[in-house]
Amino acid sequence: MIDHISKSLFASAAAYLLSTPVSAGEIWVTNEKDDTVSVISTDTLEVIHTYETGERPRGITFSKDYSRVYICASDSDAVQVMDPETGKILHDLPSGEDPEQFVLHPDDTHLYIANEDDAITTVVNVETRKVVAQIDVGVEPEGMAVSPDGKIAITTSETTNMAHWIDTATQDLFANTLVDSRPRHAEFIKDGTEMWVSSEIGGTITVFDVATQSEKAKFGFEVQGVHPDRVQPVGFEFTDGDTHAFVALGPSNHLAVVNADTYEVEDYILVGRRVWHMAFNADKSLLFTTNGVSGDVTVVDVAARKALKSIKVGRFPWGAAFRP
Amino acid sequence: MSPYLTSLRAIVTREALRFIHQRERFIAALVRPLIWLLVFAAGFRAALGLSIIPPYQTYITYETYIVPGLCGMILLFNGMQSSLSLVYDREMGSMKLLLTSPLPRWWLLFCKLVGSTSISVLQAYAFLAIAAAFGISMPAVGYITALPALVVAGVMLGALGLLLSSLIKQLENFAGVMNFVIFPMFFLSSALYPLWKMAESSELLFTICALNPFTQAVELIRFALYASFNGSALFWTLAATAAFTTAALWGYNPARTGISRKG
Repeated sequence: MIDHISKSLFASAAAYLLSTPVSAGEIWVTNEKDDTVSVISTDTLEVIHTYETGERPRGITFSKDYSRVYICASDSDAVQVMDPETGKILHDLPSGEDPEQFVLHPDDTHLYIANEDDAITTVVNVETRKVVAQIDVGVEPEGMAVSPDGKIAITTSETTNMAHWIDTATQDLFANTLVDSRPRHAEFIKDGTEMWVSSEIGGTITVFDVATQSEKAKFGFEVQGVHPDRVQPVGFEFTDGDTHAFVALGPSNHLAVVNADTYEVEDYILVGRRVWHMAFNADKSLLFTTNGVSGDVTVVDVAARKALKSIKVGRFPWGAAFRP
Repeated sequence: MSPYLTSLRAIVTREALRFIHQRERFIAALVRPLIWLLVFAAGFRAALGLSIIPPYQTYITYETYIVPGLCGMILLFNGMQSSLSLVYDREMGSMKLLLTSPLPRWWLLFCKLVGSTSISVLQAYAFLAIAAAFGISMPAVGYITALPALVVAGVMLGALGLLLSSLIKQLENFAGVMNFVIFPMFFLSSALYPLWKMAESSELLFTICALNPFTQAVELIRFALYASFNGSALFWTLAATAAFTTAALWGYNPARTGISRKG
């Protein structure tokens, strides 16, 4: 009898261990006011390192092999390259003035950087550390995206209210499309056939058909008990298979869960104050949101659509990126 | 069956029958906290402010915050209802019948407590189920860990009801209980607002709230609903239970009440 029970227990434990998703990894968060990055363990959900950066770090992304982390130090007018193992700044890249967001091309070499004060997009080769091109775009460029095949880059301009389509072969604009007021973030999904742009003041997300650069859909948000002016979509990320989008709604302190096929909002999740951006863990079971005003990162259970925990980081956390 | 168990079964069954036959009482007991949850809390959504306090690990809505307090409210009102029924029993003469039993008086009062607490806990779970149906849910394990906390809080408030019933001589005086016990106990607690919020407006009120045994009971339930343990809340709730029970036994002392037991 005892033997039977112990065998069952062993089998259950083995099954549990095998079924437990491997979620080891780190979430790197830039702290705008503290000039630091906080590193959160996705296992313990605690801050394990804090590294100093240049002034006002915002956008953050990793190289393909995760051996380097790129950080937009906006007020230092530089993109900094850090060794994620040691937290040491290796060198700066020429970035143009006030770099806010950027995106790394799938070739792992070209960085497309939005220069907010100069109304240009700067393309930098991270190997040669040289500026490859500077492309005139609208006023206050911010959101950056690149298609999965690397052929198209997008810059959104906050004041011109446009998505600018860049041909990465020629580094020239080939289309400009209007969106609602103050576009802040852009992403390609569904193998690059769709492109989404969030408009902070307009309170909407516009979906484009990439082949024709035409508007395919547009939708807004309504958070119960929150004035519509405070519902300001900014960063967003997609679940596995691009079935759902999690959209940060800024000072409404909520995330929206949007069905990416029907464009309907299915849920709202309360997170910290002024939620900006987010990053998933390895298996996309957890989502980490940066909450600017409350200075913390809220961990969301993606399947249950529930906030689990909020972790204190530095002041004004902004960007987030995952490292295995 | 031992006479002790017979009396326990009889008293608990009587409480249960009374509860089943008074369906309005059950509905009323649920409507009250539900109005607070679905109407009051909706209006006061923004009043709570945003701050993370234990046992919560992230931001919560006001509706989520007041659920443990409303469970406490159910236990509080039920404890008082039980006290009201004892006063009624005394006026109708059925209490005399009960107290003439050859069993010790403490045992009879204990049976009464068991009966009223069981019904209180049942109502609290019915409320939690309705709240969950409206999307205001707790972690699954919390519904299990809350049981001992609800029982301890229910016994404490039931003991308070017993004490009051020993002091109230007439049914008409019961309105005073509403004004001087239920309302102050409920509003001067952490049921509707966190104590740090109270401390911001008045240090005196904060101290009164912190000393209120109902606050301790609510915090015990709050922590238990999130599978957390609040040792200090448990200690003070048990201490209050001991104090109320001792006082109730004194209140029902035959030498004092004049309702003597016949051997």
